[in-house]
Amino acid sequence: MRVTVDQEMCVSAGQCSVLAAKVFDQREEDGVVVLLDEQPPSELDEIVREAAAICPVSAIGLTES
Amino acid sequence: MGNSAVSADHSPTEADPVPYPMARATGCPFDPPPALTTPESQERMRKVRLWDGSSVWLVTKYSHVRMLFADKRVSHDTAHPSYPHESAGFKERAQQGKSFVNMDSPEHQRLRRMVTAPFASRRVESLRPQIQEMVDGLIDAMLAGPSPTDLVESFALPVPSLMICLLLGVPVEQQKFFQDTARIIISTDSPPDVVNSAQGALLDYLEGLTVEKMTRPGNDLLSDVAVKHVATGSITAREAAITARLLLVGGHETTANMIALGTLALLQNPEQLAVLRDTDDPVLISSAVEEMLRYLTIAHIAPRRFAMEDIEVDGVMIHAGDGLALSLDAANRSPEEFPDPQSLDLLRDARKHVAFGFGPHQCLGQPLARVELQVVYGTLYRRIPTLRLAIDPDLIDFKDEGIIYGVRSLPVTW
Repeated sequence: MRVTVDQEMCVSAGQCSVLAAKVFDQREEDGVVVLLDEQPPSELDEIVREAAAICPVSAIGLTES
Repeated sequence: MGNSAVSADHSPTEADPVPYPMARATGCPFDPPPALTTPESQERMRKVRLWDGSSVWLVTKYSHVRMLFADKRVSHDTAHPSYPHESAGFKERAQQGKSFVNMDSPEHQRLRRMVTAPFASRRVESLRPQIQEMVDGLIDAMLAGPSPTDLVESFALPVPSLMICLLLGVPVEQQKFFQDTARIIISTDSPPDVVNSAQGALLDYLEGLTVEKMTRPGNDLLSDVAVKHVATGSITAREAAITARLLLVGGHETTANMIALGTLALLQNPEQLAVLRDTDDPVLISSAVEEMLRYLTIAHIAPRRFAMEDIEVDGVMIHAGDGLALSLDAANRSPEEFPDPQSLDLLRDARKHVAFGFGPHQCLGQPLARVELQVVYGTLYRRIPTLRLAIDPDLIDFKDEGIIYGVRSLPVTW
């Protein structure tokens, strides 16, 4: 799975980084999403999908391979 | 009779929409008003009548609520004539000091990002030991003090109040002033002049504090805003005060009501209370917090928006200028998303709830609220396993009139 994030859109709700800390982090100065791993290992697929689903502004994009 | 008035194309019935908000059913203080959770009401939008006689679309279905909160054609601009206010007092408040919550982006995004850093998950997580220490201290004091005691005053309100004061950098000695002002501001019963003077006094105070922090900054959020954004001219001290007021009020009544109302709900559901009392598993506690957030949905007055363009939702046309009331409590009782939605089940996965709202305005304090609640729910019942009500449950006074639901007081003993 390929992951993308939209930093313009992000509202720093921070749930993605709680759910999948190996894939998402938050920028120090404003909590905006930082993508750590754009092709996470498949065992993280489910939690990354959940992170994308609960993002309040759909700032996480997924491309299933 | 009622159903026959609904036309086949699901257009709103012009025949006298029912008033909103509705009352909860007697004896069901944790459930949304019954009219919000019937299968029919969960399926389709309908028009309801507000305090000023205007009518808005009441949106109750989980998927519709999420979709409309996130839709860019939907506005939260409280200065716009189409915005459907919660009460005359709320309307007044919106004129007087509009915070970023009441704006659309890009302005909303610019101002919100000035204060999001300390609420980032990792930063909040680093506060956990401090929150734990504070919670333990308050429990120690409660156990050493008289019994029965009011859990709201002795525990539920001090926890978030102390934390938000520390985080913002406002003096803890002013807590009573903040707590009283927060109560007035969130009540839909407060008349415009009362809201005006309460909010004005708080804004004047916070503006003075902001100016002070420009020359003598501390290690806190208001100092950060003062130095980085006020001193550089990107916002005024008044605007900083408006943002600080938002965080201060938001940080007070929300978590406090989750703690007190949540404790009542758990005492009324002893088998659920036992789940928390008998565990120290952080994963289970964190999941239980999500279910408490879903079940209680204390933001029980549907947040308001309006449509800037025509929006079609499942065959229903919302016209440009139509007001919207997006019901979080109805959405969180969706039987499709949460099987057996009316029961409190701490073992279910409730993470996709919308208790913090959805879309660009979703609660920015949610990571802090979560850690506070995890510490509180994970500690209080383990440390006081004999905690019980010291009052007949029928005599408990609920805050039906506020935009945040809760109990006015909760006498407990152990």
